[in-house]
Amino acid sequence: MLKSYLPALVFVGLGTALAVAFVSLNSVLGPNKAQGNLSRAKGDPYECGLPSEVKGNFRFGISFYLIAMLFILFDIEVIFLYPVAVQLEAFGAFALVETIVFVALLFVAFAFVWRRGALDWK
Amino acid sequence: MGSALVFADVNFAEGAGVQILKSLIIFAVVLQIVPIILMADRKVMGRMQSRYGPNRVGPYGSMQPIADVLKLLSKEQFTPRSAVPWMMALAPMISITAAVATIAIIPFGDRGMWGGDVGLYGIDVSIGILYAFAFGALSFYGPLLGGWSSGSKYSFLGSMRAAAQLISFEVAMGLSLLGVIMSAGTLSLVGIVDQQAGMWFVVPQIVGFIVFVVAGFAETNRVPFDLPEAESELVQGYLTEYGGMRFGTYFMAEYVNIITISALVTTLFLGGWHGPGPDALGPLWVILKMFAVLFLFVWVRATMPRLRYDQLMSLGWKVLLPLATLNALVTAILVVVT
Repeated sequence: MLKSYLPALVFVGLGTALAVAFVSLNSVLGPNKAQGNLSRAKGDPYECGLPSEVKGNFRFGISFYLIAMLFILFDIEVIFLYPVAVQLEAFGAFALVETIVFVALLFVAFAFVWRRGALDWK
Repeated sequence: MGSALVFADVNFAEGAGVQILKSLIIFAVVLQIVPIILMADRKVMGRMQSRYGPNRVGPYGSMQPIADVLKLLSKEQFTPRSAVPWMMALAPMISITAAVATIAIIPFGDRGMWGGDVGLYGIDVSIGILYAFAFGALSFYGPLLGGWSSGSKYSFLGSMRAAAQLISFEVAMGLSLLGVIMSAGTLSLVGIVDQQAGMWFVVPQIVGFIVFVVAGFAETNRVPFDLPEAESELVQGYLTEYGGMRFGTYFMAEYVNIITISALVTTLFLGGWHGPGPDALGPLWVILKMFAVLFLFVWVRATMPRLRYDQLMSLGWKVLLPLATLNALVTAILVVVT
């Protein structure tokens, strides 16, 4: 069975080879300066010339988290609809009604989320 | 089921030697398109802005991509002190590997189109579109990990933006294809192209086409949606701390993704290899249509201003998502009734 997947494996292998080559080439071809003793200014992350205040624990807006939750909800909707879409002609009216009910239910949730302002970026 | 691994069916597979050979050829051909697009991108955009674009290196500046790569190769490998070095190296690798792996499903021609019993595609797996989505989703980890592990504020903000943008538009993208899948009754890309012999899906599925193209622009971080690397606000977004060939890797992954998206648009909506002339011209039609879509990418880049982030999010969730869902429902009714 795996034999028929050979092209996909070849592409993944080629991609990995390309990636390893590209990522490591600079250490071979580029100017070789010791990474251990970076001067303080050079080792800082870029911050428009100000001394860096980065401590490593970043905080980010709750909106990003909200988007991730909504994504899970709607991506699962998409995944459930794909098999129905493939077999829609075979199952006919039954599958159609099921799909409409499923999407309608999700749209109630969607309207709720919209009304509560979760889709407004803050 | 049970303990055994379950694989999706592969509709047609040649001998191992042919499979490896054709994979290598497709890989080489698609990788040749990358510098062409890189060049066309800058040249066409230059012309649209009444300037020449690169014209110093080689005839008409055609050697510019090679010069760029040589320059990037001669740069120092730099990692800021606040970074996580192994993850910073891994992130662009994920991007490029996922981008290259997706090339495998692009169908350039049907089985036996150029003689012999050889399909002119990497693999015709029965879950075709899902394969593209799977590797597309995997490539999100590139910007996300890269920005996070750089240990820089700009990188981190850029990577969070990239993650939120990519997942938002992936939903709309997935929904926009439902109409095509319902009409074709299969997920295999070769099967979908076969269904378009009479009429290209762009005509009945015009709404799905528009949503898919817009979402495709957002998925590849192209200009109206290039907020993850918005120069005016975030320096260079998740790429800020990257330099040399690692930056080049991200850059190349982005262009391979653009080629993949244009190939998917060609396959799903523009009739793939169907076109006037004998069957053997099929792969040429695919490449020609791909270049037409790629020209659209450049055109939009020269035309559109960048969106604001809240505009981007409302476009994804409040416009494209309902539009794609309605399109799917209408198509479902039409498919069942007729």
